[in-house]
Amino acid sequence: MNAPVTGQLTSSLLYLDGVSVSFDGFKAIRNLSLTIEPGEMRAIIGPNGAGKTTMMDIITGKTKPDVGTVMFGGSVDLTRLDEAAIANLGIGRKFQKPTVFDFHTIEDNILLALKSKRTVGKTLFWKTEVPQQRRIDDILGIVKLADKRDRLAGSLSHGQKQWLEIGMLLAQDPKLLLVDEPAAGMTDGETAQTAVLLKEIAQDHSVIVVEHDMGFIRELGVKVTVLHEGSVLAEGPLDQVSANERVVEVYLGR
Amino acid sequence: MITRFLLQNMDRRAGIFLAVVLGLALLVPLSNLLLPVGSFLHVPTSTMSLWGKYLCYALLAISLDLVWGYCGILSLGHGAFFALGGYAMGMYLMRQIGTRGVYGNPILPDFMVFLNWQELPWYWWGFSSFPFAMLMVLAVPGLLAFVFGWFAFRSRVTGVYLSIITQALTYALLLAFFRNDMGFGGNNGLTDFKDIVGFNVQAQGTRAALFAMTCVMLAAGFLIARGIVVSKLGKVVIAIRDAESRTRFLGYRVDRFKLFVFTVSACMAGVAGALYVPQVGIINPSEFAPANSIETVIWVAVGGRGTLVGAALGAVVVNWAKTMFTSGFMAPYWLFALGGLFVVVTLFLPKGIVGTFEALWERRRKPAPTPAAEPAPAE
Repeated sequence: MNAPVTGQLTSSLLYLDGVSVSFDGFKAIRNLSLTIEPGEMRAIIGPNGAGKTTMMDIITGKTKPDVGTVMFGGSVDLTRLDEAAIANLGIGRKFQKPTVFDFHTIEDNILLALKSKRTVGKTLFWKTEVPQQRRIDDILGIVKLADKRDRLAGSLSHGQKQWLEIGMLLAQDPKLLLVDEPAAGMTDGETAQTAVLLKEIAQDHSVIVVEHDMGFIRELGVKVTVLHEGSVLAEGPLDQVSANERVVEVYLGR
Repeated sequence: MITRFLLQNMDRRAGIFLAVVLGLALLVPLSNLLLPVGSFLHVPTSTMSLWGKYLCYALLAISLDLVWGYCGILSLGHGAFFALGGYAMGMYLMRQIGTRGVYGNPILPDFMVFLNWQELPWYWWGFSSFPFAMLMVLAVPGLLAFVFGWFAFRSRVTGVYLSIITQALTYALLLAFFRNDMGFGGNNGLTDFKDIVGFNVQAQGTRAALFAMTCVMLAAGFLIARGIVVSKLGKVVIAIRDAESRTRFLGYRVDRFKLFVFTVSACMAGVAGALYVPQVGIINPSEFAPANSIETVIWVAVGGRGTLVGAALGAVVVNWAKTMFTSGFMAPYWLFALGGLFVVVTLFLPKGIVGTFEALWERRRKPAPTPAAEPAPAE
């Protein structure tokens, strides 16, 4: 989707300003502002309940903010769209708990995610063409699941499911990837490989990574945003942020 | 394109099923019409009609399996679509009676004359035409499913709530069709049929043709359902069944996919109902009874949910057992047996007859199953 230049309000890929949302009186997000530039990779950290997942829910259309602006690509108001429309705009999401289609083969999981027209008619008479098959093969190679392509996704280990889900994100070819705790439940070796994989992906996509694992963030080596009680507490390189007294207090002080 | 769509990825199970159904379509009517009554291989007309009824149920079961087994929509009201298709056929058959009714009215069916109605209600117009009636067999259940699904799926009603609403839908229709002033014959329904496309419904030849037609439609319904579930759309639908919100975040409009399979399924159920009515000779509101829809769910569960062939098999097996049971001294215990069967299948054969059989077959073919745990990708 190419936004008309005249409607451009900001050059940022993602622009959140003054966003608040509350559930039954509990303010999950308060006055949150955040911008992601095209091609940027950003890590988001914060203690439990800081509003990381809620922020992703707002960006992907699962939750509507009470107030605030959420713009994508400079001109598209995400608060007016539903999940499917936002996904088709080019925002992909990997969930905290790996969610793959257990009763489909690994290859079919990628096929379902592969960028294509999502209408009923197009899927009913779908035929996988050669370039599309090649793309599927490429992705299976990148996430190292090519030899398991005919196995049901449900039979994969936790770490492999995480990778499959990253592969599905790649297949979607989104402009912006939201990745929720990609290293959760992985061995150290898998974590290191995941960091390499994400860095590769970030070369031609914008990525937001939510993560608890400081070692992983350090390996990514990107700008960090610290969330606390629903708003931004600090922003900057990891060393600078982790030297911040408020951040230390929030993470360790209670 | 259509042929490719219907015949893509043909497998052994589908091949056997089609061969059996089409074989029945040919052999049963031939044996009934050509072999002498005393012959060992002769199929009596009553048996043929009984099996015709089973095969209508098999088509209904396939239509339910399409939405329940593949899309996870547990419809407890599929009997409503079956009955609506049946009523559309019944209305055509009523209009064919003409002056041969008890009151001899050339336009109005007997029950309308009895109610002192002066003219045919507008919704009976056109039903004297066979093509129009056949269109309605598809359109009425299809339209109801579309409108119902439009509201239900868009508001994201799922799971038990959706099941309860479908149950309420068929119950509401049951009550409505019981009313005399609805104009569908009240609790007596529509019966006393004479002709279908110019042939006597009672005649042996017509019954044989109806049986063959049922087999052909069952095969066609199976091919369409199979074409859908093996297509990419079928993969999307299975994805919706297993992880609905994940599918939404991939950019698929879940409500539209559900609406598509639900509507196709309702049309298929309507066709099954339309074939059922001339073979049993009556359609009345009891076809809308919630218990009928629940029984259909049991057939699918017994045969094997999400296998299509299993649904059809389950419908035939359970109904055959029902006939055996209810025609002897065991009659009072049929419902206990049915309930028991459901419990046994749920506990011991969760994949149904076909699913369990296939699992056994797989195990025999490769005796050493591959271990589930594989080495991690990263070392």
